[in-house]
Amino acid sequence: MIASNLPALQVVIPLLAAPLAVMLRRGNHAWLWAQLVCIAALVVSFALLQTVMSDGPISYEMGGWAPPWGIEYYVDAVNAFVLLIVSAIATIVMLAARTSVAAEIAQDKQSLFYTAYLLCLAGLLGITITGDAFNVFVFLEISSLSTYILVSLGRDRRALTAAFQYLIMGTIGATFILIGVGMLYMSTGTLNMLDLAARLDPLSESRTVQAAFAFLAVGISLKLALFPLHLWLPNAYAFAPSVASAFLAATATKVAVYVMLRFFFTIFGVDLSFEVMPLGFTLKVLALLAIFAGSAVAIYQDNVKRLLAYSSVAQIGYMILGISFASATGLTATILHLFNHAMMKGGLFLALAAVFYRTGGVSVAHFRGLGKTMPWTMLAVVIGGLSLIGVPLTVGFISKWYLVLAALEQDLWPIAMLVLAGSLLAVIYVWKLVEAAYFQTPDSEAGAMVREAPLSLLIPTWILIVANIYFGIDTSLTVGVAQTAAASLLGIGG
Amino acid sequence: MSTTLGLYNYWIVIFLMMVGFYVVIAHGNLIKKVVGLNIFQTSVFILYITMGKVDGGAAPILDDAVTAYSNPLPHVLILTAIVVGVATTALALALIVRIKEAYGTVEEEEIHSQDESL
Repeated sequence: MIASNLPALQVVIPLLAAPLAVMLRRGNHAWLWAQLVCIAALVVSFALLQTVMSDGPISYEMGGWAPPWGIEYYVDAVNAFVLLIVSAIATIVMLAARTSVAAEIAQDKQSLFYTAYLLCLAGLLGITITGDAFNVFVFLEISSLSTYILVSLGRDRRALTAAFQYLIMGTIGATFILIGVGMLYMSTGTLNMLDLAARLDPLSESRTVQAAFAFLAVGISLKLALFPLHLWLPNAYAFAPSVASAFLAATATKVAVYVMLRFFFTIFGVDLSFEVMPLGFTLKVLALLAIFAGSAVAIYQDNVKRLLAYSSVAQIGYMILGISFASATGLTATILHLFNHAMMKGGLFLALAAVFYRTGGVSVAHFRGLGKTMPWTMLAVVIGGLSLIGVPLTVGFISKWYLVLAALEQDLWPIAMLVLAGSLLAVIYVWKLVEAAYFQTPDSEAGAMVREAPLSLLIPTWILIVANIYFGIDTSLTVGVAQTAAASLLGIGG
Repeated sequence: MSTTLGLYNYWIVIFLMMVGFYVVIAHGNLIKKVVGLNIFQTSVFILYITMGKVDGGAAPILDDAVTAYSNPLPHVLILTAIVVGVATTALALALIVRIKEAYGTVEEEEIHSQDESL
């Protein structure tokens, strides 16, 4: 009974649990409840991944209505892996949330924070699991609306303007996706993704389908903050509460990248996306611009959360670059980087939460001398930073390795060189933090008295940092899943 | 029917879409931005509803005398999208109230200049 309804439970559990969190009122109770819900979601997605890897894709008929009329939940290797990433990050970040939220958010708003967090989780899981194009839009708005709330709960008043700006751009992006889905329905009469894929095959010359493609490309790119549509991201991440930044940076853009993979490979298919439409070239140019512009701007940031946000823009560039090759190796690199980047940014933003908890700020000046006073937190920042750069023995190296392989496979050695050059820019902004933490002394007496972060923040940070190293050495699990996922994307679409 | 006049619904959609989009981009007043966003979303609602029209189709209520029905599915889809639009507007207005409390203004330029002077 439970086993056959796992795909529905994945979304329904956090969705129904969210309003209950409001009723719990007390911050600690709401936290405990949210933590249990996250663990339940993690267990479900783990079971789903195992079933998919052993028995192949699962098709679930929502409410017993057979597809393509009813809404279908479709789980294959690609989204089972993304589901696992999202729910694992949600669980680990939630471990740190109790301490950090108690320090950053007013007592009476804490239960609301957990409610928005669970709603956001439900939305992200829903986008990932659904096999219905319109359903993607609905879950996208559930996750987006709750994200705006999470961002606006930040202490700085600029969190409000950041949330508003994100709301305007996010809604425009979602509406573009809605227009695209509408045009697809207009030309095919179906919303089911697999059905769409079959019916779009002979329609690749249709102007309506091509317009739908363009609307979807722009809308999804806005959601995943592809350069130059990334303007909402830096402020949203910089002013959101620390744990919200960690959760969003590690999951929200990843899910948007997944949506892009789904639409361009499963629904439109490689032929339409890369032969009829010039997607490969466009994405290559924008991805490279994102890598260089994002990293270059990151170097000049004083607020470290903003620095990491710009670094996210650059890292999203790497993922999109993998997509632009339209090859099995390129997609493997993208899917690997989805996972790896979630580990790095989750770990780094949690370390920032610890720094904020002890020093009350996250500008570079706050980092001075922390190498002595908060050694474990800073060691986590250093390892996370090395992983961002892509040093061997960290996960960052694995994804860059596959990306360079994919470029060389198509004799695009200039792009391979640019990927490596982009990593050098990452060295500069990571070095800024290392220099401040280990080679400078604190400005004030109070700065020298800072103590190490509490274990409730250190443990979740280190779970993610250790994962950075573990999956950098033992790649069999992640690379295996990513290759299966890439093959299934090209198999259905091509 | 000629394509220019016969498809007048779609011309209205495009006109509203551009008007809404322009208002969102061009106006610095946050309330006006929300108004523009609403016009933009409404244009998409009309696009969906237009799509459900079937030539000579009756209202989709089952009746033995009727053979052709309009397609009700786009209407149902757009009901969902309208609910989403209402929620978005409500949240946007709530944020504007908070911004007004924190900054004392709802003009984008004044908000920026206040933040820069910090």
